[in-house]
Parts: sequence; C-alpha cells; structure tokens
Amino acid sequence: MSDRKIRVVVAKPGLDGHDRGAKVIARALRDAGMEVIYTGLRQTVDQIVDTAIQEDVDAIGISILSGAHHHYFKAIIEGLAEKDAKDIIVFGGGVIPEADIPSLTEMGAGAIFGPGTPTSTCATWLKEAVAKKREAE
Amino acid sequence: MFDKKILEEVRRLKESYDASVEKTIVKRPERRESFTTGGGIPLKRLYTPLDIEGVDYERDLGVPGSYPYTRGVQPTQYRGRFWTMRQYAGFATAEDSNRRYRMLMEQGTMGLSVAFDLPTQIGYDSDHPMAAGEVGKVGVAIDSLADMEILFNQIPLDKVSTSMTINAPSSVLLAMYIGVAEKQGVSMEQLSGTIQNDILKEYIARGTYIFPPKPSMRLITNIFDFCSRNVPKWNTISISGYHIREAGSTAVQEVAFTLADGIAYVEAAIKAGLDPNVFGKRLSFFFNAHNDFIEEIAKFRAARRLWAKILKDRFDVTDPKALSLRFHTQTGGCTLTAQQPENNIARVTIQALAAVLGGTQSLHTNSMDEALALPTEKSVRIALKTQQIIAHESGVCNTVDPVAGSYAIESLTNEIEDQAMAYISKIDEMGGMMSAIEKGYVQKQIQDAAYDYQLSIEENDRIVVGVNKFTVEEEKGTLQLLKVDESVGTNQAKKLKELRESRDNIAVNNALDKIRETAKDEGANLMPAILDAVRCYTTEGEICGILREEFGEYKENIVL
Repeated sequence: MSDRKIRVVVAKPGLDGHDRGAKVIARALRDAGMEVIYTGLRQTVDQIVDTAIQEDVDAIGISILSGAHHHYFKAIIEGLAEKDAKDIIVFGGGVIPEADIPSLTEMGAGAIFGPGTPTSTCATWLKEAVAKKREAE
Repeated sequence: MFDKKILEEVRRLKESYDASVEKTIVKRPERRESFTTGGGIPLKRLYTPLDIEGVDYERDLGVPGSYPYTRGVQPTQYRGRFWTMRQYAGFATAEDSNRRYRMLMEQGTMGLSVAFDLPTQIGYDSDHPMAAGEVGKVGVAIDSLADMEILFNQIPLDKVSTSMTINAPSSVLLAMYIGVAEKQGVSMEQLSGTIQNDILKEYIARGTYIFPPKPSMRLITNIFDFCSRNVPKWNTISISGYHIREAGSTAVQEVAFTLADGIAYVEAAIKAGLDPNVFGKRLSFFFNAHNDFIEEIAKFRAARRLWAKILKDRFDVTDPKALSLRFHTQTGGCTLTAQQPENNIARVTIQALAAVLGGTQSLHTNSMDEALALPTEKSVRIALKTQQIIAHESGVCNTVDPVAGSYAIESLTNEIEDQAMAYISKIDEMGGMMSAIEKGYVQKQIQDAAYDYQLSIEENDRIVVGVNKFTVEEEKGTLQLLKVDESVGTNQAKKLKELRESRDNIAVNNALDKIRETAKDEGANLMPAILDAVRCYTTEGEICGILREEFGEYKENIVL
C-alpha cells in the first residue's frame, strides 16, 4: 500500500460533445486531492486505454450522454484486459438509465453515477475503491 | 418616467418602509442573509419606481414591434398568432423519426425540429469507424438524400417550416432538404425554416465541430449568400445561447456570449461583401429558459434591446426587420432531474411561461424523462400540451408583454443588459469572439459558473427539489424509457452499401472533384457544388471527407 496520490483519467469517448459533467467531475476530483488527466473530446477507445496505461492511473472515469454507454464501457474494459491492465478501475456517469446499470457493472464497471449525484459521493467512492485495490496489490 | 414630485413621495415612503422593516426582521428574520437571481445578480427586498428612475419610456421600452424591441418584435405579439410550437425530435432511422413527426403534427405541432445523430452532426457516414455505437442514438441517422426522402415522406415542405439542428455540415443538410423539396415539386423560394449553422458555440460549448474556424466561417457566409439569392424565406443561422447555458453559463453570460457570437457572424458576412440590412433579416437566435422566472423574462427582454442597439450603433443597420431579434426557446435540459422525473413537468411549465412572457417566437418544451433518455411518445405529448395550456388557458397571451413596467422586471432587464455589455466589451478588447475562444476565456468563464453551480447544490445553498431536499425513496425503473436498438447501425451500413452500388458513381466522383476544386478557391461559394453532389446521392461523409482534406480539422483547446 502506497501513499501515492490517486491518479485518474476523465474521458469523453466517441462523438459526444457534452463535457460539462466531465469537466465538473475533473475539477471536483482534483479539489479532492487527486491527480486528474482530462482527455478532451472525441477520444477513441485505444486512445483512452493507452492514456490510462501510459499515465499509470488508478482509474478511468467515463462520461457519456449520447446513449452509447454499453458500446464504450464494453470496449474500454475489454481494451484494458487485452493490454493486461485489468486492475485499472472503470467508473462513469452521464445520462444513463437506471435499468442499464446492472449490465454495465456486470461488464466490470465499478460504479455508475447518474444525474444529480454529488461529486463528493463520487470522490469518496473512488478513494475507497482505490484503497481496496492497492491493498490487494 | 416619473414626475419628480411623485418620486420624492416614493422616496419618503420607501425610507419609512426600510426603517420599519428592520423591526420586522429582528422579530422574524428573513430566510437568507442575501438574495440573488439564479445567476447571482443581487436582488433587493423591494423594487419601487426609484429603481427605474432613469428609464426613458420611448428610448428604453417603446412599443412592441419597434426599436428597441424591448416589448417584443411583433406589434400585436400573441394576439395575432401564437409562437410556433416546435418539438425537437429525431431518433433511430428516418422511418422511425418520420412516424414521430407525423404524430406530432397530428397533435398540433406547427413546425418540425430535426435532431440528427452525432455521426451526421460531425460529417461521418453511419459505417465510419468513429460512428460505431452512436448511429441513431441522439437523433436520426442521415447519410444521403435517400434517407432525407424517407424522413420527410408525406410531409409537404411548402406547408411546414423545419428547423434543423445542424452546424458543421449544415450546408450539406440544407442541400439535402432542398433536394427533397425538388422531388416533391416544391421550389427553394417556398421553403421556410432554420438551420442552426452556428459554429462558434460548438467550439465554446457543444463540441460538434469539424473544421477550423476560418473555413467554418466561410461555409456559413456561403450559406448566407446562397440563401439570400435562392431561399429567401430561410433563416440561415440560429445563433445559439442554448448550449452555452447548458454548458453551465449564467443567464447574463448566455446573453453576452450569444450576442458576441452574433457580432462575429455579422462582421464575417460584411467582410464577405454582404449587406447587414439584407442578411440581418435572416439571422435568428436560440435561447434557453431556466427556472429563475423573473431573471429569465428579463433576460429575453434585455437580449432583444441590446441586439437592436448593437446592430444600429456598430453596423448602421436601419431595416426594422434586421434590427429585431427573433428567437426560439428551449426549456432547460440540464435543470431536469433524474430523481422524481414527474416534477420536471412543473419545471418545464415555469420555464415555458418565462419564455412566453419574454416574447419568444418559437418554443420547444422538454419532456420529463430527458434526464434519463430520449423522450417517449407519451412524455413528448405532455410537453407539447404544456405549451397548448399556456397558449389557450393561461390568458397571458391576450395582452402584449404583460410584465412590462414591473419595477423588478425593468430593473433586472437593465442590469442584465449592462452586465452582458460589460462582457461584450471585454471580448472586444480581446480582439473579438474568435480570439476570446482561442484564448480559452469564454470556455473558462462558463466552466467556472458550472462548477460554482454544482458546489452551490452540494452545499445546499441552492435547493433542487427531489435532489438535495424533499427527497423520497423512489421505486427504481418505473418509468418507461425509449430505447434505440443497436440494429439501427448495421441496417444503416447495409443501406449505404446498396446505395453505393446502385447510384451513378461517375457522377458522384465528378461532383466530389468539383467540391474539392471549389474549396480551394476561397472566394467561391460552395453551396452549388454541394447541392449538385447531394442530388446524385453523394453521401454526407463523402462530401465532408473531401472538405476535411482541404480544410483540416479543428483541435480542441482544453481549458480546465
């Protein structure tokens, strides 16, 4: 277990240009003491996976409002597994119907935060999840 | 506006009120130490004639239908006809969306508003790798004129007006619309509607850009020019504050940045040799309506007055039609909550009423389930009925601008105009909107406002019913949501393959060569070449692909 600061990539996959949520969560996680890398818009799955590995992050936060969440969560989680980076936590948020959450967590998403979630809830969850992950290492 | 003697009397009354109210507050403290609008403008406890002492009725308000248009752009406003009830819709395939449009028309909607999916908005065909997972999701997938023909099947384009939310590739989609009209035997001169065609706000707030600013501005002025000659009833741009507000701006920033974008377009068009008295008539605006009722009403009035002044003072515009700011309004998508979604019906009602009291020409009311997914048919119907109830039952449409003269409304209208103008001056100092965007100034202002807004909710300084107060344990997943099937993408790809095999590919290649050649000549208008390409079923992705090669692609300037 290390005291290393939590590092997290906040990613906007695909073509969705709504980045308010991504930018708000990026700032909130930074204010909660984490190191945040924001990818900017229109990232491909490979770009996101590669950034996460190169930056040696603990987690990837995916923001999607375009309805393409199943497609991208699946592709990113599989992309990480292919590159032997399964330990990177994947979580996300956006306009995602409650009913879609079970299938996303089944794929391996750690948590999905819907609209109206306080950023502190997300930060607290991430801290605990990373602590657990590091303990296991 | 008031007699000096009367004002003295009011001052005396106000002073005695102020003195006595202190005693009341000692006994019964107010709910908060200070009150502000949703956007942070300080609000007084009480507004009186003293707060609008400097208002000159003729100069600042006037009558509806004349300069400075504070009280509305139409002399009789809604006594003549109601605003256009225009519900933004589109999803999955052209067939599915066509069915939704015909349902909306049967229910009394007066104009169509097309939502395109993200690949269409960014100039990719449905079978492009970047389109994977996105086809038909946030709007309808349109690849070629063939899809557009299905989209408007049995919808007479000489009778409806159509608004299309399309920006970077707007010239292509406008060409397709003209193409469908031709097939229906409707000429360009008969077409009415709007293309959003506002690229600056894409760089600031919405993210669906393709090309860098310079060629983007050229495409926009090409459309201004082409339409002023050939499609005279078409609104060639809808300068959009909506997305700026959804990205987190305040009401004042919404007005300021939208009008600053407007100034940039007017300057670009004048530079391209166009007359602002002519193209000025075809500029339209698009604003948001949020929950802070009086701030929103004042915002619309301030925007109208400020735009008229800018056109008159900066650009010497004299034509009344060009001076008057006409706008579409959409209620605030980001104000809707996923928690207790039925509450959103009440929010939308308040917002729509603010838009109507603010004098909108056209309105889209959001549906209650939009914080979760695209709306279902039932929720869209409730949203449309909300407008009909305001129009037919509330009585607010029976006299023009009924809120005028309210001390609070007039004072706030002045305040919003002043604060917006201060932003515009700041942007002028930075060398105009394009350079303010390049410096990241505008984006940063909006992001700061968005973050402050989020913190104010988390600190319970701002109450959102059902989210941070009056919460209830909800039954999960009781709401029926619209789901777009993944098969839409594969079907579109299949249709594209068939199209590419059956069309005249020599004509397509010639048309694409012509577009490339025209793109190289900065002074040429691209619209005729694009129109020819569309007519022979060249796809949107093929056209934008050539333009990408010639113009390059915009890279986002990330500011956090």
